[in-house]
Amino acid sequence: MTHRPVLLGGIFLAVLGSLCPFLWFILTSFKSQILVEAIPPTWWPDGSLVFYASALFEHRLLHYVRNSVIVAGSTTVIALVVATPAAYALARLRLPGKTWVLGGLLCVAMFPPIVIAGPVWQILERLGGLNTHWGLVLPYVSLTLPLAVWILTTFFHELPVELEEAARIDGCTTWQALYKIMLPLATPGLFTAAILTFIYAWNEFFFALLILTDPERQTLPVGIALFQGEFIMPWGEIAAASVIATLPLIILVLLFQRGIINGLSAGAVKG
Amino acid sequence: MAFPALTFVAVFSLYPAMDSFLLSLYSDFPGPERSFVGFGHYAELLQDPVAHQAFIVTLGFVLLSTTLELLMGTGIALVVHERFKGRGWVRAAVLIPWAIPTVVASQMWRFLLNDQYGAINAILFGDRVDAYVPWLADPWMAFGAIILADVWKTSSFAGLLVLAGLQVIPEETYDAARVDGATAWQRFRHITLPLLKPALLTALLFRTIDAFRVFDLVFVMTQGGPGDATQVIQFYGYKTLFTEGRVGYGTTISVTVFVAMAILSLFYVRTVGSKLLQRESA
Repeated sequence: MTHRPVLLGGIFLAVLGSLCPFLWFILTSFKSQILVEAIPPTWWPDGSLVFYASALFEHRLLHYVRNSVIVAGSTTVIALVVATPAAYALARLRLPGKTWVLGGLLCVAMFPPIVIAGPVWQILERLGGLNTHWGLVLPYVSLTLPLAVWILTTFFHELPVELEEAARIDGCTTWQALYKIMLPLATPGLFTAAILTFIYAWNEFFFALLILTDPERQTLPVGIALFQGEFIMPWGEIAAASVIATLPLIILVLLFQRGIINGLSAGAVKG
Repeated sequence: MAFPALTFVAVFSLYPAMDSFLLSLYSDFPGPERSFVGFGHYAELLQDPVAHQAFIVTLGFVLLSTTLELLMGTGIALVVHERFKGRGWVRAAVLIPWAIPTVVASQMWRFLLNDQYGAINAILFGDRVDAYVPWLADPWMAFGAIILADVWKTSSFAGLLVLAGLQVIPEETYDAARVDGATAWQRFRHITLPLLKPALLTALLFRTIDAFRVFDLVFVMTQGGPGDATQVIQFYGYKTLFTEGRVGYGTTISVTVFVAMAILSLFYVRTVGSKLLQRESA
């Protein structure tokens, strides 16, 4: 192969460019205050855990972690429970105008958040949902549904129809066919949709900022964005908090890289 | 069966979008003095120099970042499409910027670009501390910085969409070209690129729509500054709507963002998309 050196160069650049900036942040999180404030900056950390201790105990990071787990977890569960039957219906049943529904969902997914932010805020104010986790979960479910429905619809499409027909002949209802036959087969698709929904809810900042003004209830992105020191920017603590907030996502990517890539391109291209 | 899903979308997306439009036709503050002003706020928007600036900044951001992301994304896709040992790991590594929360990426770039402790200055100037540049304090540099951060964060997403396009090009096409003696560049230029156009258009559309929504980067890295140099329209809308509480004018800005985004997307689909169709039928 003549282009082997080019390929190696490309791999090198892509990996280096993707990882180095965050690697620097990881190194920073293991420094002590003196090293973080060194001018010119030094590269290697002294292995100090001061910033992790400070982020966890003084800035009460676990609080934010807990809130994020609650919000992202409930969003994922509810979005999947709601999206699965919808996707099944869109993939299998003869419904009038279902291409319109799918196209409409795609359009809705493209609304800039600011367009719906004001009225969503007013709805939540009326329902008493401001500064509550469920008040954030409701719009998150609505915002993640289109992608989840798209991924699951593509997935159901690819499963053989014969299986369900056999089930129907044996007397299964539509719901039974979905839960007993299709769901077990669609597990990889459900998994992909769940991971993407979780990552979205874990990372979302705009609505979290609007809806959660009480620090007791704020999620990780809000906490990290509003991180303030008394006198100086607490870069070390921000770096430590960032590493903790990102670690679960890095693990997800390392484990499920293939599913994530398939899911993202299913949502975008196969339509 | 689709009823619960459609209800969610109707209540928390469709209704709010329509309600935003209605709210934009009324005067700013809720209460007894609220009155119907028609398109009055839209007329105000046309006269508002801050809004003009915000639109120009947004458009510049959208055009530059999406162009760069498509270029970088295509590069990434070409690399991770090849077969080599450890490709799964490389793909995972490339996906990591996409997975990192935007707020974290923003703080990270803010620190990397820090005027005293930042790695970028250290790499460029080493020990020559007096040469260190306060990147985010300069209007143009700050504008460049949010583009840099966005390109770093989302090129891999653009790359995934391009990769999906690469995967449907049949291998035989390349074999035939090789037999005919085409060089690697000729194969890319005359086979890959033309067949990749639908995927590139999809990537361009998705990135454009997403770039219009940029908010987190600006909120964390620059707060719209210095001056109004990085004040994108979504950030201006947020300030008007939620900091100043001007409901009528704020929703006017948000509806206008939506319309601008829709027009640019339609423009892409009509021009790039229809050229594509013509070539396919020819």
